[in-house]
Amino acid sequence: MLQIENLHASVDGTDILKGLNLTVQAGEVHAIMGPNGSGKSTLGHVLAGRPGYNVTAGTATFLGQDLFELETEERARLGLFLAFQYPVEIPGVSNMEFLKAAVDAQREQRGEKPIDAVSFMKTARETCKIVDLDPTFLKRGVNEGFSGGEKKRNELLQMLLLQPTLGILDETDSGLDIDALQVVARGVNSMRSPDRSFVMVTHYQRLLEFIEPDFVHVLAGGRIVRSGDKELALELEARGYAWLEEEVA
Amino acid sequence: MPDFMQQPLDRAAAVAPPWIQDYVQAGRTRWEASSMPTRKTEQWKYTSLRSLQPDYAAASDGAIILADAGIELPRFQGFRMVFVNGHFSPEHSDSKAPAGVSMVRFADADAAQAKKIRDHLGVAVGREQPLFTALNDAALAEGVFLDIEPRAYIEQPLHVIWVSGNQGEAFSINQRLLVLCGESSNASVIEHFAGAKGEQQSFTNGVTELLLETDASLNHYRLHLEEADALHIGRVHARQDGRSTLNSFHIALGSVLKRIDLVVDHVGQGAHCEVNGVYLPRGQEHIDYHTCMEHRVPNCTSSETFRGIIADEATAVFNGRIHIHRDAQKTKAELSNRNLLTSTRAEVNTKPELEIYADDVQCAHGATVAQLDDMSLHYLRSRGVSRADAQVMLSFGFINEVINSVRCDALRAYLQALLSERFARDPALSGGVS
Repeated sequence: MLQIENLHASVDGTDILKGLNLTVQAGEVHAIMGPNGSGKSTLGHVLAGRPGYNVTAGTATFLGQDLFELETEERARLGLFLAFQYPVEIPGVSNMEFLKAAVDAQREQRGEKPIDAVSFMKTARETCKIVDLDPTFLKRGVNEGFSGGEKKRNELLQMLLLQPTLGILDETDSGLDIDALQVVARGVNSMRSPDRSFVMVTHYQRLLEFIEPDFVHVLAGGRIVRSGDKELALELEARGYAWLEEEVA
Repeated sequence: MPDFMQQPLDRAAAVAPPWIQDYVQAGRTRWEASSMPTRKTEQWKYTSLRSLQPDYAAASDGAIILADAGIELPRFQGFRMVFVNGHFSPEHSDSKAPAGVSMVRFADADAAQAKKIRDHLGVAVGREQPLFTALNDAALAEGVFLDIEPRAYIEQPLHVIWVSGNQGEAFSINQRLLVLCGESSNASVIEHFAGAKGEQQSFTNGVTELLLETDASLNHYRLHLEEADALHIGRVHARQDGRSTLNSFHIALGSVLKRIDLVVDHVGQGAHCEVNGVYLPRGQEHIDYHTCMEHRVPNCTSSETFRGIIADEATAVFNGRIHIHRDAQKTKAELSNRNLLTSTRAEVNTKPELEIYADDVQCAHGATVAQLDDMSLHYLRSRGVSRADAQVMLSFGFINEVINSVRCDALRAYLQALLSERFARDPALSGGVS
């Protein structure tokens, strides 16, 4: 589904990713862990095409297409979804309008007509229940005045409505209490299927107790330095990252 | 003073009711003694008057028929009064004002109403006597007096519409509205300027006076929805007695000359006003808002937010003055003006102007000029929304934040529909498609 080869990327002239390789097959859940500043979030941003994140070498192929040849919205329409670590507040644009525009963009891609407002409203309200978000949040500006946890639930709400092929969760667990974490985990687990994959970027092992990964990778110094199964996450939890960084150095 | 307004002034002198003739004559004397501002006049530094025609005819009655001119006027369930090219149109107006309100044309005023009008006309404008108010006084052939009784609670908005359309020549409309909000009354007034489709060479010179007595509350809306060739120089003066509340909302779509002055005078302690506005010039249009909060007494608050989107080669001016007099201790005044330029040729001149003579006040102001936020754009696109659609959503959202302050539900929905259609149709308003 996703193949990243020798990816180099820089932000503001500083090299962050330095030869990253990663292959994600359909149906798999990958966790990417690593110390602060190792490039975890950069990976998600590069894949989503954030301005200012420059690919200097390497390739990424998503569903057979060269990801870096596609505009951000084309990547999304192809089924790539990045749950932002810091979702953006957009006052004046109602959450409902935003969600409908996103869903309609996917439908347009499939040659379908825009969804009718009434049935979308119904779906959105039901999905709010799943992510434990009060439906009044649909009427508010996008993420406007939402707490950290509410923003993360709103990301999950979007992911549930858009049903992407590949979900990249950028530190979705950070700042969440245990109840919220379980809500996120339930949402992700309910979406797991043989033709859908997830890449979870996280700093802590805790999320992996609720969403069991097939693979765990350690990102350090802009490269994946160790891959394993969920046991690796436990080892990291116990020993920290320093020993790995030393090994690599 | 050039005599480009000779015809309308002569007409006013001929048709104004006898009880106001001296007022009209005094206006004319002032007007004739003054001279036109130039670009060196501070108040008119960024707004040129060169698009005014060399000669204006008086507006003639019956020149346009609304249905033929493609105008559909909205109804907001309240009482409606319609003027077409400055002339009252009974067929489009409601006949009976709600209880607690009298809404009367100057021409129809009885003796008691005439006295009340004379007692209050010009009071809010005060001694300042701006040039175009002199012109308005001098051309006072028609006016509306809205008298809200003390303690009246008027739920539905009082909607006055001035429509302009082609008269086959350059012509002038003189608009005057006097609103008297009695003690502890509560009402909503919509001043609505609309234009017929197609060309017209109209020049509207408007003056509105809002007098709020003690504890009165007024929701005031001034909509400039006429476009293109409808020139407008307008002025709103509000005078607030103690503990009165004014919410004043403004919107202006462009024309080559649109200049609106808003002055709010706090003359009684504990008065509060909230002023919100948006302006959206495009093409070669020019919109100029000059606002002034006069804090004369202690313990008053004012909060003001204006936002503009300036597209193509359009220009805008926002001059926000806060004047806190020496006695006005414990004043709280806020002013924010944000502008979005969607083209490299668009221009805005924004200037907060603070004059503070009291020492115990809170005053905050800010003005910004920017383009669409990259991160917001990226966020929307990362959900599959095209760049063009995302730009439309963000630009509309920027304006919609202010539209959301409109308390009248029907009006808010009307404006949102109007603007979202405008944004969807004209990519220049949101920065075009790149």
